[in-house]
Amino acid sequence: MSDSPVDADEVEHVADLARVDLADAEREEFTEQFADILDYFEALDEVPEVDSDPELVNVMRADEVEEGLSQDEATRNAPETEDGFFKGPSVS
Amino acid sequence: MSSDHADAASDGTGTLDDAHNAFVTEAIIEGDDEGPLAGRTIAIKDNMSTDGVRTTCGSAMLDDYVPPYNATVVDRVLDAGATMVGKANMDEFAMGGTTETSAFGATENPAAPGRVPGGSSGGSAAAVAAGDADLALGSDTGGSVRNPAAFCGVVGIKPTYGLVSRYGIVAYANSLEQVGPLANTVEDAAALLDVISGPDPNDATTNDGGAESDYAAAADGDVDGLTIGVITDLIEGAEDDVVATFQSSLDDLEAQGAAITEVSLESLEHAVQAYYVIAMSEASSNLARFDGVRYGPDTDAEGNWNEQFAAVREKGFGPEVKRRILLGTYALSAGYHDKYYKKAQDARAWVKQDFDDAFADVDVLASPTMPVVPPKLGESLDDPLQLYLMDANTVPVNLANLPAISVPAGDVDGLPVGCQLIGPKFGEETIIRAASAVED
Repeated sequence: MSDSPVDADEVEHVADLARVDLADAEREEFTEQFADILDYFEALDEVPEVDSDPELVNVMRADEVEEGLSQDEATRNAPETEDGFFKGPSVS
Repeated sequence: MSSDHADAASDGTGTLDDAHNAFVTEAIIEGDDEGPLAGRTIAIKDNMSTDGVRTTCGSAMLDDYVPPYNATVVDRVLDAGATMVGKANMDEFAMGGTTETSAFGATENPAAPGRVPGGSSGGSAAAVAAGDADLALGSDTGGSVRNPAAFCGVVGIKPTYGLVSRYGIVAYANSLEQVGPLANTVEDAAALLDVISGPDPNDATTNDGGAESDYAAAADGDVDGLTIGVITDLIEGAEDDVVATFQSSLDDLEAQGAAITEVSLESLEHAVQAYYVIAMSEASSNLARFDGVRYGPDTDAEGNWNEQFAAVREKGFGPEVKRRILLGTYALSAGYHDKYYKKAQDARAWVKQDFDDAFADVDVLASPTMPVVPPKLGESLDDPLQLYLMDANTVPVNLANLPAISVPAGDVDGLPVGCQLIGPKFGEETIIRAASAVED
């Protein structure tokens, strides 16, 4: 697969975009597997353009206030909370 | 938002022997005393939220996640009188066809010892096949109900898109997935579909196609005058013994008055490619919610939001989930969107058109559910592309939003083979009728 669009750097770049750390061995394995899989996806090139109507359309309505989860229920599964809020790492 | 069925006995000391690892968590939730499912036991796939009972999705990421509410389908089966006996094992985030990608170990096929039960709803099918539950709920994004039904020798239905609520199901690929029933008989599966189908204000994609249904009554075995089109494109890639077993089902149907004809759908050549591009793309977006803040394992990772986010996802996700998130991210990224995602949507529209055209001439389409017999445990995971190709016969149905059923067709040297019957949109009654004639 020498003409493959993916090399290890590209896999690392995509992993970075997707916010998934990869171990070195995993990166090597994925690079090889992605070459095969993307090569198989190449056949989509042969698909003609098809006109189609969407089956689902947006239906609008006014918002209504309903009973929802309590703050405690909503945060119950978080690894860290403070005063009823989710607590995460600093953004930058 | 809390449900009427919150008193779960989830102490981990189940009463099942679970010899096949069909369950991630054994937990009893009693249903109502009366209803169409009164006295029946049910296994619920572990991607469906159960109030107070942990819901892992087969992933270390959700190892200790306990939902604060029930999925709509869970409320409906409990209201109908069924008693949940446990949360069924599954491929991690429903990504797989063998139930071997579960973080909680593989499930064994009760009908074929030493072999996989299929997937991703492998625990659901195995629980029914082993007699650990009368009924089960699975979810089918690209075959995940029909595949394990075929491999375990039980019945499984993938409903028309929107017939059943997805509220409270952990999302993988929203535009493709539907909850579906598994059972030992067509009539039981149809009765469970009667209970779970119908509109839900909490899922805007639901429709009223199943609102006043009586699918169970359609399991009358009457196929006299029915026209069944065999999809030749899905025969060509199947093993000879599987095709021969499938053919015996067709002979049965013909003997009962059905007319058998052949149909070819050119677009199906691209169905697996289109399915995986779309499913992976949707997955890459859906699984962004697993950020280690709202859910997920604690890590010792240092650094800012992005660095800790990436570390949690390295730890919490298994290889197949990472593969799909990365490939989906790639397919949607600048410069590749038109090449992969847009082309896949074109292929999806083409597949839909091909099915619509075919249903102008036939009532039901048929193929073997799986092109192969269940693989041995541990044989499949090394080559992801080969695993994807195993889905060739099931994914076209999801792309076209159609209903389909897998019913046991017989066996090859004791290994179960399923017959897949596909109907037009809202054609559930027709495929249930035809399937009930196969099992006679």
